[in-house]
Amino acid sequence: MRGGVRAERVHLMASPLALWRQFLARPNDDRVKTYGVAIIVAFACALVISVTSVRLKPLQEAHLAAERSARIEAMLDTLPGMRELMETTGVTALETRMVKLSDGSIASGIDTVSFDAVAASEDPEDSIAIPPDADVAGLKRRENHAPVYLLERDRELMLLVLPMRATGYQSTITAMLALEPNLRTVAALTITGHGETPGLGARISEPEWTALWRGKEIADESGTILIEVVRGGQATGPHQVDGLSGATRSSNAVGAMLSFWLGDLGFGPFLDRLESEGI
Amino acid sequence: MSLLRHVTLPLIGQNPVTLQILGICSALAVTTSLTTALTMSVALTAVLCASAAIISLIRRHIPSTIRLIVQITIIASLVIVIDELLKAYAFEISKRLSIFVGLIVTNCVVLGRAESFAMRNPVLPSVLDGLGNGLGYSLILMTVGAVREFFGAGTLFGRAVVDLKADGGWFQPLGLMQLAPSAFFIIGLLVWAIRSLRREQIEPADYSLAVKEAGR
Repeated sequence: MRGGVRAERVHLMASPLALWRQFLARPNDDRVKTYGVAIIVAFACALVISVTSVRLKPLQEAHLAAERSARIEAMLDTLPGMRELMETTGVTALETRMVKLSDGSIASGIDTVSFDAVAASEDPEDSIAIPPDADVAGLKRRENHAPVYLLERDRELMLLVLPMRATGYQSTITAMLALEPNLRTVAALTITGHGETPGLGARISEPEWTALWRGKEIADESGTILIEVVRGGQATGPHQVDGLSGATRSSNAVGAMLSFWLGDLGFGPFLDRLESEGI
Repeated sequence: MSLLRHVTLPLIGQNPVTLQILGICSALAVTTSLTTALTMSVALTAVLCASAAIISLIRRHIPSTIRLIVQITIIASLVIVIDELLKAYAFEISKRLSIFVGLIVTNCVVLGRAESFAMRNPVLPSVLDGLGNGLGYSLILMTVGAVREFFGAGTLFGRAVVDLKADGGWFQPLGLMQLAPSAFFIIGLLVWAIRSLRREQIEPADYSLAVKEAGR
């Protein structure tokens, strides 16, 4: 009874602090208290996580950007003669251009440094839905613009690097594909990010496997895309790459990624334009 | 003095890994090198202490019907914060630890201490208990990590301590030590060693084998 009298008196005061005390004084198995504690804990935790996440995001993104450029640098190092070529042309890094994917034209006015492909693909204003039958890479939506990295000498393309991504077995795989000037031959492939199963699917990022892609032909003379990943050890010809055993879905996803991004919905129009008009 | 008992007891006597066999999964995964083992140890100890403090602080107001989910929410939030901090300030190590920092949520040591100790004790003993259990876990992780990194790669904290055969020395690294099964062997040997020295840790057998009578 004493508790009830006190609760009433507190209620009359009705200040926030008193209401809080009254809430705390409720028995623990009380329904209001149960809901109240659940909501307060959830809200407090959400607040802490949001604040940490937002505050630390610039630092984390700086790390990721540094890693991405380190990957491109490392990929350039694997290409024979590329460093000498860059020295003779007097450039230290690849040039970045924004491409409008629908017609392959160069788009200006988009900041390439802060461009976030995944965020853009989720923005209905800045992306298109991929028809399910064409969505081999499992992406659902595709952004309208994408950055490309290129190296040119005397207005002639020497190397083209295209960023791409696909849905793998359990994560999004991101990669950089370097194409030779004929725009069909793979100069190098590097997996820049993934969250595939460690020890199995994760092997797609190992140099032993990505090296298999070097020199492969993406498409034939007419431009039909033929590249595919086949069961390990059975690859024949310039259009097939051995898959990784135990990582079938992850390695197939890499093949599908190339097919999609070099196709009509990916960089296809851009590559066509490069071929007919040059840079 | 009696408060210090909370810190010292879980080191060997009530060690969460070797006596209670908790947190084995992460102990396998992150002990290929001392650097990752140390980072994981620090992360887990920090989560244990912080979760013990918060849960102990609000223990009188956690309704018993939702107590586990409240504990998990608090622990999960702390783990996310630690993970974000690592990604921002120790990017290389966070990549090597990959998902295992996130999996601290499911580490039975953390929820176990929250449920069995922090829910019933004041803040200071709870934090000390968390610290003790974190250090006990760390002790095993560092031991396993040291053995695996030394025999598996000939290095400690990434620094070469012996001359590798590949570089013209005498030491041939034992590749098995870098694979997960070796952690099982080392933890098994540690459990054996500790229980041989401290016989009170030996659990009574759940059942005994009956001798089959001849002729039946």
